[in-house]
Amino acid sequence: MILDWLQSLGQRALSFFQRLGRGHITLYYLLISIPSVLMRPRLLLQQVYSVGVLTLLIILVSGLFVGMVLGLQGYNTLARFGAEQALGTAVALTLVREMAPVVTALLFAGRAGSALTAEIGLMKATEQLSGMEMMAVDPNKRVLAPRFLAGVIAMPLLAAIFAAVGVMGGYFVGVGLLGVDEGAFWSQMQANVDLRDDVFNGIIKSMVFGVVAVWIAIYEGQDATPTSEGVSRATTRTVVHTSLAVLGLNFILTALMFGE
Amino acid sequence: MMHARHIEIAVGAFVAAGMAALFLLAMQVSNLSVVGGDEGYQVSARFDNISGLKVRAPVTVAGVRVGRVTAVEFDPNTYQALVTMRIHPRYNQLPLDTSASIFTSGLIGEQYVSLEPGGDMEYLTEGSELILTQSALVLEQLIGQFLFSMGSGDKE
Repeated sequence: MILDWLQSLGQRALSFFQRLGRGHITLYYLLISIPSVLMRPRLLLQQVYSVGVLTLLIILVSGLFVGMVLGLQGYNTLARFGAEQALGTAVALTLVREMAPVVTALLFAGRAGSALTAEIGLMKATEQLSGMEMMAVDPNKRVLAPRFLAGVIAMPLLAAIFAAVGVMGGYFVGVGLLGVDEGAFWSQMQANVDLRDDVFNGIIKSMVFGVVAVWIAIYEGQDATPTSEGVSRATTRTVVHTSLAVLGLNFILTALMFGE
Repeated sequence: MMHARHIEIAVGAFVAAGMAALFLLAMQVSNLSVVGGDEGYQVSARFDNISGLKVRAPVTVAGVRVGRVTAVEFDPNTYQALVTMRIHPRYNQLPLDTSASIFTSGLIGEQYVSLEPGGDMEYLTEGSELILTQSALVLEQLIGQFLFSMGSGDKE
């Protein structure tokens, strides 16, 4: 009885470490394939389109609404202390430091990560990847690494767009609808948001999240059981694991960057 | 061929939009356009008490922002606070005997350093130290003194 329990525990631990190891092998091959991707920018371009451009709409819309909600809620709280002029600061800092990298990464996992996993999983299920290997084409260089690099490039751009659109949304609600002074809104924001400490750290965060999101998506696709059920499970796992990893990593990065 | 062109244009627009957003964040949202980060000259001042003065707090002359606080340290030899400030190179004609005081903007606002120009013919340069300083007003001390003087007034 106890032995059975111990065995199942050991089995789980071993499979966990196996997955961890396979994940890192995947990452290693992705990283060493990056130079050959740079030699063929057309492949990269195609992937930036499907990972970045097609995610743009959802980023624009959610960035605008998140900024508008921040403007409304921030105004209600700040007006209680007669400090509604700090609205610009509150909206910009929230967006640049936390909201833009995290929400972009979550949306990215849902929109682009799941699509990547499904695509790669199906390629594996229909043996396209092994077919390439038979023809002496390295699927790492031809298929996986362009997608990886495209995600790492697209994430910071998407996060910057999210933050910029969000600030615009906050401006629209705060200044346009609620009547915060326009000059105070921008000048307080500029006085309190630091380019290196806040904006660059936010961009670094989004780069880290980009690496994590595409890495998990590619790994899950490659590791999927080659059946339709396996692919659908892998897709779910991508979204769940990426979201958890992003939220957990965000706490660690915030503690490192803004903990003083 | 048309399809490839369409994709290239879309990617180009995407990257341009990302760059524009970064540019907007740098110029409009952050402090890049207010006071340059690393340019200017550094001066220092010793205060008995800086209260809540923080790094990056503004340094003003006549209410106009001329620089920012870059470091706040404790000097174990004099038991005073050593405040280092960086002043924009445009304002390089501050007299050597300029005095520094720490004020609070508004009742609950942030602390800032206010410089009061003196009458010296020499100007402040990199590494100068402001000799005349006035510490921050600590509200608790002020209330304590007020209560104390009230108490002693009653007795007489």
